[in-house]
Amino acid sequence: MSANIIQINDIRRDFVVGSETVHALRGVSFGIAPGEFVTIMGTSGSGKSTLLNILGCLDTPTSGDYYLDGVSVRTMGKNDRATLRNRKIGFVFQSYNLLPKTTALENVELPLLYNPTVSSHDRRKRAMAALEEVGLHDRMSHRSNQMSGGQQQRVAIARALVNDPVIILADEATGNLDSRTSFEILTLFQRLHAEGRTIIFVTHNPEIAEFSSRNITLRDGHITEDKVNTDIRSAAEVLAGLPKEEE
Amino acid sequence: MNYKNLIKIALRALNNNKFRGFLTMLGIIIGVASVISMLAIGQGSKRSIRAQISEMGSNMIMIHPGAERFGGVRQSASSMQSLKLEDYEAIARDADYISACTPSVNSSGQAIYGANNTPTTMYGVNEDYLSIRKYAVGEGEFFTDADTRKAAKVCVVGKTVADKLFPNGQEPLGQTIRFNSIPFTIIGILTPKGYNSMGMDQDDLIIAPYTTVQKRLLAINYIQGIYASALSEETSAEAIDEMSAILRERHKIKAGDEDDFSVRSQEELSSMLGSTTDLMTVLLACIAGISLLVGGIGIMNIMYVSVTERTREIGLRMSIGAKGRHILLQFLIEAVIISFAGGIIGVLLGVGASVAIKYVAGWPIYIQPYSVILSFGVCTLTGIFFGWYPAQKAAQLDPIEAIRYE
Repeated sequence: MSANIIQINDIRRDFVVGSETVHALRGVSFGIAPGEFVTIMGTSGSGKSTLLNILGCLDTPTSGDYYLDGVSVRTMGKNDRATLRNRKIGFVFQSYNLLPKTTALENVELPLLYNPTVSSHDRRKRAMAALEEVGLHDRMSHRSNQMSGGQQQRVAIARALVNDPVIILADEATGNLDSRTSFEILTLFQRLHAEGRTIIFVTHNPEIAEFSSRNITLRDGHITEDKVNTDIRSAAEVLAGLPKEEE
Repeated sequence: MNYKNLIKIALRALNNNKFRGFLTMLGIIIGVASVISMLAIGQGSKRSIRAQISEMGSNMIMIHPGAERFGGVRQSASSMQSLKLEDYEAIARDADYISACTPSVNSSGQAIYGANNTPTTMYGVNEDYLSIRKYAVGEGEFFTDADTRKAAKVCVVGKTVADKLFPNGQEPLGQTIRFNSIPFTIIGILTPKGYNSMGMDQDDLIIAPYTTVQKRLLAINYIQGIYASALSEETSAEAIDEMSAILRERHKIKAGDEDDFSVRSQEELSSMLGSTTDLMTVLLACIAGISLLVGGIGIMNIMYVSVTERTREIGLRMSIGAKGRHILLQFLIEAVIISFAGGIIGVLLGVGASVAIKYVAGWPIYIQPYSVILSFGVCTLTGIFFGWYPAQKAAQLDPIEAIRYE
């Protein structure tokens, strides 16, 4: 169990809405080993957002255990979870969530600003390295509003990488992008996977599952399917097969 | 999380909204500047009134005989003969809180030189009178101790008297005038002081040694009053108590009995006028304080809008590891930077406006250091106070909802 990066056992999450209790998660268990690229799929209302919030330490389950990198999250307080997010998790959101009017470099530096053990020199160096990894070494001083959607999402991925997290959580990370840019981003995720990163990609798009190493399907708060994908498609090849953009 | 990073974050946020930050600051700038300039005007006029009073001799203490009854009939003060020269000598010798002291006898009468004459008053005093009443000898000289001892028939005249007696520009010095038929040689002319705030001509007088006035003019052996100068305005009360005690002892007045003399000081007048200007200062400062308050509410308003507007940013910061208190501090520091910078600009503007008022309108201005420190401190506190609530609201946001806020 301790070998897994993420281990959840019988996670339940109830919300009280007015006089009714909504069971968003009704006993979910799985483990994720280092180096996996997992897609979590489900229609809206299946509980995948709730699961993502819990996995991202933004929320705590009503019952069940959650171990992130061997640490039990369920009993942690707000501040400890904030520190945990800062050190172990990288978030990528659907709508990028970059700071407006702020340069790519400053956006990427942001998580390290909340980590007092990183010096300002170190911060800059790591942010630059992360931006280089996502292929934006020539866009470092561009402001977020001067970049395209794909570039913004790359900055967001760089921001998720900069704290060297044990897991990257992507929430519909390609949802706002056209298909070509989506494949570019997927190519980037596959490359990160190939470099040994552990990625959880939450989506409602079944196509994306074909590019991951494992797919978990949720429905009404239960896992309905959990299968390893042996035939992983390469996003780079798909990208190469797409008609060239008109210049 | 160190404060340097938080300040950096707050500065970046302010930098993204320079114009809005400036407008918010404007409320504080106007508030602080008006507090400082209003207090400067209030204090300036207070000081100018004080200065006018002290022209008349602000530390001056006057002792007159009085409050004595003969068979139940209260007598007029000038008819009293209870103040003696020895009383003056005792005060001059024993009182510690006074810097100058003179006996006083005076006589109204007609001054005559040749064909010209004028009604005036002759004051018989010693040379301390000059410093007590803030007179100065312009031409010639003042009489000396020796003149006093031998009751010399010499006098020093005020400008008004000199002008009336010597209308054709003759030299008054060395001339002999007659006052109530007694000849006096003019040995000095006083520097003109003009009219005092009560409209009295302060140059319409003749000063002579008190011995001369006592013996040659009035033929009396008592004195009509004692003038003294307290060491400072603050010790005026002690000086009055001390002199009263000396006189009560000399006059053998039993404890609980009424004084047979009255002591008055310019301090009473001064404090009366002072309280009027104090009232005005408080009023002005209140108005200015209200504008500072309005400025503070402006900060709160903008911070509140800013928190709502940046809900997603707050959500993002929280999801990448910012704790509630980081968010709280970020917004609080933003509010404090706005009010602090506004305070600095306000102080400069307030001081500048005060100096401008001084030179353009010619009003008396006095900038008290404490008013600068006070308004600066108040505006910083305003920033913390009014920034707290919006910052607290930001810190308590739920990151899950904040990150998806539309």
